[in-house]
Formats: sequence, structure tokens, C-alpha cells
Amino acid sequence: MQNLRAKSFEIRKSIWNMIYKAKAGHVGGDFSVCDILVSLYYKHMNIEPDEIDSPLRDRFILSKGHSVEAYYSVLADRGFFPKEDLETFSQFKSKYIGHPNNKVNGVEMNSGSLGHGLSVGVGMAIAGKMDHLPYNVYVVMGDGELAEGSVWEGAMAAGHYKLDNLIAVIDRNRLQISGTTEEVMTQDSQEERWRSFGWHVLTTDGNNYDALDHAFKEAKKVKGKPTMIIAETTKGYGISFVEGKREWHHKVPNAEEYLKGLEELEERRRAANE
Amino acid sequence: MNNIPNRQVICEVLLEKAAIDKDVIVLCSDSRGSASLEKFANTYPSQFVEVGIAEQSLVSISAGLARCGKKVFAASPACFLSTRSMEQCKVDVAYSNTNVKLIGISGGISYGALGMTHHSAQDIATLAAIPNMRVYLPSDRHQTRKLIEQIGQDEKPAYIRVGRNPVEDVYDESSIPFELDKASIVTDGDDLTIIACGEMVKPSQDAALELKKQGINVRVIDMYCLKPLDKEVIIKAAKETKRIITIEEHSPIGGLGTMVSQVVAEHYPVKVKNLALPDEAVVAGKSQEVFDYYRLNAKGLIETAMELINDGK
Repeated sequence: MQNLRAKSFEIRKSIWNMIYKAKAGHVGGDFSVCDILVSLYYKHMNIEPDEIDSPLRDRFILSKGHSVEAYYSVLADRGFFPKEDLETFSQFKSKYIGHPNNKVNGVEMNSGSLGHGLSVGVGMAIAGKMDHLPYNVYVVMGDGELAEGSVWEGAMAAGHYKLDNLIAVIDRNRLQISGTTEEVMTQDSQEERWRSFGWHVLTTDGNNYDALDHAFKEAKKVKGKPTMIIAETTKGYGISFVEGKREWHHKVPNAEEYLKGLEELEERRRAANE
Repeated sequence: MNNIPNRQVICEVLLEKAAIDKDVIVLCSDSRGSASLEKFANTYPSQFVEVGIAEQSLVSISAGLARCGKKVFAASPACFLSTRSMEQCKVDVAYSNTNVKLIGISGGISYGALGMTHHSAQDIATLAAIPNMRVYLPSDRHQTRKLIEQIGQDEKPAYIRVGRNPVEDVYDESSIPFELDKASIVTDGDDLTIIACGEMVKPSQDAALELKKQGINVRVIDMYCLKPLDKEVIIKAAKETKRIITIEEHSPIGGLGTMVSQVVAEHYPVKVKNLALPDEAVVAGKSQEVFDYYRLNAKGLIETAMELINDGK
């Protein structure tokens, strides 16, 4: 059994490197969602690089597409494409652009415009029901994203069709580009909201592997309802001076910050391995 | 007198397809009645998905189904599908390249007196501007059938707009000319060309018959394929007839007239006159009353043709 926490710091190092090199990216959300992606791609989802067209594969949609550095880093590490490709991130003519691009191996759908992923996931889940296939559909959203009205169209349809093969996750880091989510547009209480739309709702620590483990295991057992996992996370989790800081939504580290951050990520990786 | 609207023909073709292919899926947004798809929903309930009055998720759910191998037809009033759902059409269908055929029903000013909320006079402009989105406005029921049969066999995105009311036949069922993405020549002539799409093809045909009596030979081109636009047929018409009129049930901005003018100006500049709805909320009325008011009829075409011909003398 891999040490996923240690793996997550390796992924965060990749993210940090990508952003520093490209001078672009969304580090805050990358770091908050990182453990959710690692838990899914290394443990809970049935998806393999050599079976990306298998009808049985689990489907994944990163609806908060701006966390693409985390997504690409995980896909590269899992062997969907060579890690060297990450060097081209955001470079001229690269397919590794600043939001998920389905020309990249392993990416199901283009995303980036918020509020699309859940309804697309509903379509995939309905298809699974039609074809009596046992796959699950996973959709990861941001909490700022929940202000998009189209999210609730998808929420309604998923509840109506009782899509128990649909598991959604909110990266509830409570920060968005202009401030806290509660300042910008009240998002509490998510539990009540999703429950009222007919969902099974779980709240968990989204930066803790045992907690995520427990949540995904429970979600897979739920029958007759879609499941929403509200993953409470820390934006920027992994580097102390990035954590919980609004300005790190998409700030690019300078040389000094870069080295300092890299050092801390390596320390944490080592500590996780001990 | 034909009493079968194009939307009903679409339902017939989809019923035929669904009978032999369980992956043919139809989605509606509380629009099965207005789309004439009630029969489909009743005949193949397991191949029909109702999403409620939610046009954005209509398109996204369609894209998700298509990504899982379904051949999806999403039918909703053209006004909502083309503007409210434009972003979903752009991102989830065109950009992600999913096999979704967007059926815009009651297009143009079909919903005459219901006002600008229910008119889709911008659908060509909005959707044709999206890369990887094809745009079709078939004229009569026979052409609609051919079009749906053929594009139903490919796996690429497309938007198809049809009107609410029956349209008089332009073609004979037995001898309809149809080649996908090639405009159809309705009548041939060398004095002037009328390029039309959708419901405007029939009055163009009528105008050509009337003008023929006056010794003017009009070429009528049915440009049902707005995108990809059949540029060759336009350039040929410019060279051979020297005068072009376009007519469309659409805003004067970004539709057939704009596209034809662009091609003509670039390749073979001749006089082009665009007939379209005005750039304003159109007057209330049944669609024919509205067409007549704005001269989007055979009479308007004949007058415009005479102006163009006399202009050159």
C-alpha cells in the first residue's frame, strides 16, 4: 500500500515546479484539491492508463478546471503521459494548457468554465444506468463554483434520476479570488442544500487520507441517491506561507519563495514517509 | 398543401433510427410537445431523457451521454438553445467534440406574437461562430428528412434549426437533390441569384417563378448548410449572375447575408442585397404577417430583384 500522503507532497512539488516554470497557474486550489485527486486516482477509481477507452472505466471530471496543474501532475505520475510533457505546460502550442483539455490522455472532457461538470457527469451516469455498466462517475467542484446556477440544474437532475453511480466532491476551501466564499456569496450550509436536492451528503476532512478513504467507501455503497462529499480543505495546503492566503489563489512564486516552498514540500514528504 | 412541419419529420426519422439503434437518445427540456417528440418519448421511454426547464443542463447532460457512446439529439426551442445554452454548446459539445445534435425548434420568429424572448434571430450568428459547430437550416420536410438521416450517421456536433409551422414543399419527394454540405439549386438562371435558407427558400422559389414570367431567369440557391458554407456555389453565382440577393429569417448581423457578402467581397465582388429581420425587437404577429411586414416574402424579393436589375442598366 502506497503512502498516499507522501505521494501528495511529491505531486505538490510537481505542481509548484509547473507554476514556477510557466509563471502561471492556480496554486491555492491545486494544493487544496490535491489529496482528493490522489485518493481517487491511486486508490478509489477504476481507471488505468492502458484502458482509457474501456466502457467499464470510472469517469472523472475536474469541474474546477483551474486546478489543472494538480490534475496533470497526477495523470503524469499515474502514467497517462510522460512526466517530461509537464515541462511544456502553458507553453506555445502545448496541449497542456491552463485548463483540462481532452487532447491530453486521460482527460474525459474539456472544462474551465465553471458549473458545467456536474451536468456532464449526470449524462455519463445516466448512460451507465442505460447500459447497465458498473462504473461510477466522479465530479470534483470548487466551492466558489457553486454560485453558478447551472450547478443546481445538474443537482436537480441527479436527485431526480436517483443516480447512485454519481459521486461529487466539493473542494470546500472557503476561499475564492475576491475573498472568503461567505463574503463573496454565502455557501453555507452545503449539507442542507444538497440534501434538499435528494443527495446523500457526507462531510469529511479533504486533506486527510483516512477521512477521504472512509467517505469514498461509504459513497460507493449508497443506493438510490447520488452522493455529495463536502471535503473541507485548506487552500494552499502543503506550504505554510501559501496556506489560507487569498492572494495565493493564482499567485506565482518568486525565486526565493519557490526554493523555500520546495524545501518545505520535501520536508513534509519525508516526514510523511517516516 | 403540406401540413407536416419539419419538426414532425425529425421525430419520424428519430423513431426509425431508435428502432434499430438503442444508442439513439433524445433529450427534451419540457419541450417534447413543441418538438413533436411526444411519440418518441412514449415509444422509446428508455431512450428518452427529460431534463425539465433547464436548457443549460440539457446540453451538458447530452454531452455526458455522448461521451459514453450515445448518439444524442437534444431538442429545445431554438431561442433558448442558441443563447441561454450557448456556453454549454461551445464548451461541452463543440470544444469537447461530443456527438450531440442540437435541434432548435420553433426557430426564427415562429413564436410570432410571443416576443423577443421567444425569437431566435441570433442563432446562426452565435452558433456558427463556434469552432467545430455545424449549422443547418433545412427548407422543407423532404430536405429535413435527408439532412437528419445523414448527419445522424456521423459523430460530430451540429445545430439544426427548424420552424414551428408546416412549410410548403420546395422539392419533390422522389427527386430531391441532396448532398451533405453542398447547397441545393432550386431553380437555375443567369440573370440574378437568390440565396436563401430555412423557411425563406419557398418564397424565393415563388419569386423566381414569377420573375421568369417577366423574362428574368433567377437562380435560387438553398443554402441549408450555413456552416460549413458552400462557398463554391456562391462564387460561381457571383461570376455567372453578377447580382445576388440573400434572404433569411435572422438578424441582419452575422447570418446568411453576412456570410455570403464576406465570400463575395473576398472572391468576386458583385452587388449583394441582404434581406433579413431588422436589428430590433420585431413587431407582433403571426410569422407570415411579420414576414410580410418586413418584405421577407416573394413580393419583397421581386421588388428587390427589379431594383438590382434596373440599378445595373
